[in-house]
This record gives sequence, C-alpha cells and structure tokens, in this order.
Amino acid sequence: MSFLELNKVTKIYPNGTKAVHETSMNVENGEFMVFVGPSGCGKSTLLRMIAGLEDITEGNINLDGILINKVDPSERDIAMVFQNYALYPHMNVYNNLAYGLKNRGISKEDIEKKVNEAAKLLQISEYLQRKPSMLSGGQRQRVAMGRAIVRSPKIFLFDEPLSNLDAKLRIQMRLEIKKLQQKVGVTSIFVTHDQVEAMTLADRLAVINNGLIEQLGTPIEIYNNPKSMFVAGFIGSPQMNFLEGELKNKTLTSEGFEINNVTSDFNGPVILGIRPEHMSQTDKGLINLSVDLVEQLGSDNLIYGEIKNKKDFCFRCPGSQIIKKGSKLSLNINDNNYYVFDKSNGNRVN
Amino acid sequence: MKIKLSQILAHIVLILGVLLMVIPIWLSFASSTHDTVTILKEGMKFGLGDQLTRNYNEVLNEKGGWSEEVTAAKMFINSFIMALGIATLKVIISAMSAYALVYFRFKFAVPIFWLIFITLLVPLEVRIFPSYKIVSDLGLTNSYTGLVLPLVASATATFFFRQFYKTIPDELLESAKLDGANSWRFFIDFLVPLSKTMIAAMFIFMFVYGYSQYLWPLIMTTSEEYWTVVMGMKIIFTESYEGVALPRTAERFAYIILSMIPPVLVVVFLQKWFIKGLIQTEK
Repeated sequence: MSFLELNKVTKIYPNGTKAVHETSMNVENGEFMVFVGPSGCGKSTLLRMIAGLEDITEGNINLDGILINKVDPSERDIAMVFQNYALYPHMNVYNNLAYGLKNRGISKEDIEKKVNEAAKLLQISEYLQRKPSMLSGGQRQRVAMGRAIVRSPKIFLFDEPLSNLDAKLRIQMRLEIKKLQQKVGVTSIFVTHDQVEAMTLADRLAVINNGLIEQLGTPIEIYNNPKSMFVAGFIGSPQMNFLEGELKNKTLTSEGFEINNVTSDFNGPVILGIRPEHMSQTDKGLINLSVDLVEQLGSDNLIYGEIKNKKDFCFRCPGSQIIKKGSKLSLNINDNNYYVFDKSNGNRVN
Repeated sequence: MKIKLSQILAHIVLILGVLLMVIPIWLSFASSTHDTVTILKEGMKFGLGDQLTRNYNEVLNEKGGWSEEVTAAKMFINSFIMALGIATLKVIISAMSAYALVYFRFKFAVPIFWLIFITLLVPLEVRIFPSYKIVSDLGLTNSYTGLVLPLVASATATFFFRQFYKTIPDELLESAKLDGANSWRFFIDFLVPLSKTMIAAMFIFMFVYGYSQYLWPLIMTTSEEYWTVVMGMKIIFTESYEGVALPRTAERFAYIILSMIPPVLVVVFLQKWFIKGLIQTEK
C-alpha cells in the first residue's frame, strides 16, 4: 500500500466544469512528486483536494492508510506552502511558525525548541521577531517553508511557491527546496507550470492536461519517451519542433525529406517531433535550414530558421560554433531521436 | 517661490478652519467662567472671568431636575455607560455578522446582507414607536439595557467590516485551517487583530453616535436617574424668576464644556491606534 493513494478522484464544480477527471496515482513515502501542466489544467485543484480545501466530487484519497475524503483539513496533518505564502501579517515570524503548534496543544518549551530548530535549518533565526512585511521575497518564502516544516506533517504540498520570485532567487530556492526535502525526507507534492522546475525537483512527475494525467514517470523517462504530443511539447526547453508529415509503409515524408524504416505500423497523417538538441550539422544532412535568427546563450546557441514550409524551426548547437544569420545549415537527426505522433489524437506511434 | 505661496495659502485655509472650530469652544469656555448676570447683560465673553470654580462646582454637584435629586455628574455617568455600551456591542455584533456574511457561504447570504443594508434607510427616529413598544413590553424602560439595546444593530459598521474582510486573501483562511484553526479561532486570532484599526475607528464613530443620542433617551426614561447629558442640557440649570423659567447661562456653558470631555477623550485615546494602523499597513 502506498503512502498517498488517489483512486479515481474527480472534481466537478457546481457550475458543471469538470476540473479533474478520474485521476488515480500513488505517491510513495518520502517521494518528491511534481504536478506540471499549463494553467487551468487542474493541477492546483488536485493539490487542494489532497489538502482538503476542495471537496472531492467522486473517488477516494487515502493518506497513510486512512481514507481522508471527509477528514477536516486541520486534522489531515498536511502542510501547504501557498503561491503568495499566506503568511500571517499580524504575527511575527516566530508566531507564524508557532501558530500551528499552539493549536495542537503542544507545550511552550517544545514549541520554542521546534521553532528554533526549523529557523536554524532555514537560516531565518535572526528574523524571528520581525513581521512578514519587513521581510524580502526570499525570506518570506523561507518562513512559509518553515511554517510547513515545523509541524513535521505527513506530507508537504507546494502550490507554485516560486512563481513570485525573481529568476535568480527562483533557481536558488529551487535548489534549497530540493536539498531540504532530501534532508527532512517528507513526502512532497509540488505544483508548477514551469517545466524546468518540474524536471529538476521531481523524483517522479505527472504531466497534467485538461484534468487528466497525460504521463507519469521520472523526469528522464518523460523527456526521453513522451507518450503524447502534449507531453513532448511541454517537457524540454527549448520546445520540441513539430513538423507535419505522412507515414506510409514505415516511410515518413515531411517538409522536403524522408525518413525510412520508422518503427511503426501506423499509416496516415502524422506529426514528426524533433528536439533542438537532438540534431547535429553534417555535409549532406536530412534537413536544410536557412537561418533567420541566432540566440547566443554563451554555452549554447539557439538557431531559428526555416525549412520548406516550417518557420521558427529550432536547432541547438554548442556556443563555440559561430553561425551567421542568412546561412544555410544541413542537419541530421542523432541516433534516430525523433518522435512520431498520430495527427488526429496526438498519441505517440513510434 | 511658487511652492511657498501655495504653502502660505494652505496654511491660511487651515488656520481659518482651526479658528472656525476652536472659537465657539473658547467662547463657551470663557463664558463659563463668568456669572450669569454678566453674560445676560453683556453677551458671550472672550476673556476669562473669576467664577470658574464656583460654576463648575455647581454643575457637578448641584442637584437638579424636577425632583431636585439628579446631578450633572450622574448624567455624565449615564451617558458614558450608554455610549460605551452602544459602541462596544455595535462593534462586536457588526464584526461577527460581517464574519458570518463573508465566510459562511450560507444560502441567502447576499439577500440578508442587503436586508441589513436597507436598515440604513430606517433610522431610529422613523421606527421609534415600534421600538418603544417592544422595549416597554420587555419591561426595559428606565434601564441601561433599554437605553443601549435598540441601538446596537448597525448596518454601517457591518458594511465596513464586510468590505474589509473581503479584502483578506482566501489563502490566509486556508493556511489557518491547515494550521488547525477552527472558525472561532480564525475570527479571534486573525480577523480581530487584522481589523483592529477598523475596530478603533468604528468604536469612535459609534461612541460619539451613542453619546449624542437625544430622542431615544428622552422617550425611554421617565426616571431622572437615567437622564443623559444631552437631555440634561435643556432641562437643568433653570432659574424660576417671577413664574418664568430663566436659564442659568453660565452654569450651562460650564455644563457644555464638561459634556465634551468624554467623547474627546475617546477620540484622543484611540487616535493613537488609528494613526498607527494607517502608517503601518500590514497586508
């Protein structure tokens, strides 16, 4: 039996909107699970149902062997970090951390001990007497995490906690969250729309679209082996290139080139997906790209150009390679690293 | 130079405003230090007289009214109790009903809110007969309860609290829930401290409102024991002179000055909170 079990969980709002469709999944003890998907895909709703902040329309949620559908959020022993942190503005940091413990009737000495431990862990000891309004974004973030940690709950829920931070701080906090979770070892669920966050944090990640889990697996599994066009397009940066084509008798015809021996019995219109990093320059390659734009990132160059009817085709090459605007490149796909999707439903067919 | 000119203008306007407010009070105070005859003969005085102690002593300790038993000091106490009761209960009830309206999404919450809001259009003076009937049927005439109770429901304060609670982000409630706070704790631990400046402001308004009530205590009380300051102003310190009731003007001025003290104290005391809350926005 898993630590957290979702069994055909469905959410239908009173106005009839179906936010989550019969979702089933298991999260193991100590695992870091990430829900990733575009905004409005139902990932936050799913998280809030686990927290108890939304009613479950159908299905069951079990936490640590107990059915928690009807358990009040305050009794679930779950801690959540909100997008805007939801710190208590009228309490100082110490009381922000202590409030949940006080409500549990823990003795004053124990509270003090736990708060000081958590504060030390998060390096916020010197701010304990300050009000949240006197803290910077990163410090508030830490306090919000501290409030979750101090209670040593069964499970941590993070609802896009990094999206209010600037880019540099976000990367730093991302790292800290991962380290902290490994140190504390608490089962965590992290919701984000940022695929880089998802890839870096997750032990396993669930790609969610329109209230359905499109794919569930380790980040590398999902990157290497996307099951659908949606997942393939969502995971990976820069985004995978999609080209229209036709598959017939294992031969794929697309924008001016052909691929033979495709491992698929599918016949009909398809979408060919190629990641920008899965190509390299050769003399007589498959794809002929005329360069429109070069983005130099230092370590890498992102080359955008046109192949036949497809604009903004992206190719990624090392930063040392100098490529000029207007030049023509000849590219090959490395090791048959391409993906073929059924055009009608987006499912992977190779 | 331009800035200076506008500053001077602003100061002139402000000084004029201050004078407009202060001169009548000063006139009343200065007049309260003369004897009645001087005032009747020469009108209100700007300068100070020599009757200050006598007049104020008389006001506070002389027994007046028809029964010659009630003192002004007693009326101050009555008014203070009434205003304090009204202000306190109004704030508590309004805060709680606004809490119910905003956070407990029960059926008909919106119509109920508008029903409460409509009562703004029906002030006490309009419903004074039914109100009197109810209070007298309950046997509450001539009691502090009777003075306070019919005035404690407040649409204004409910409205202000409701608007304020609506600005508090939902995440705060959700976070508090996960921290194990029930609805009562959320109200006490969150809404009350967060709205303390609002509470202070409402308390000031409602205290002054209660203190200046005239019509309700007038019809509610037959016993002089429950007279309030505002009522007393018309009734006490009257001299009978050849069958004509003449006002004892000097004592009345002293009485007016004294009657201003309690609300002024409330404002001065709570203003500190008020300004503190305005400077330190904690949201």
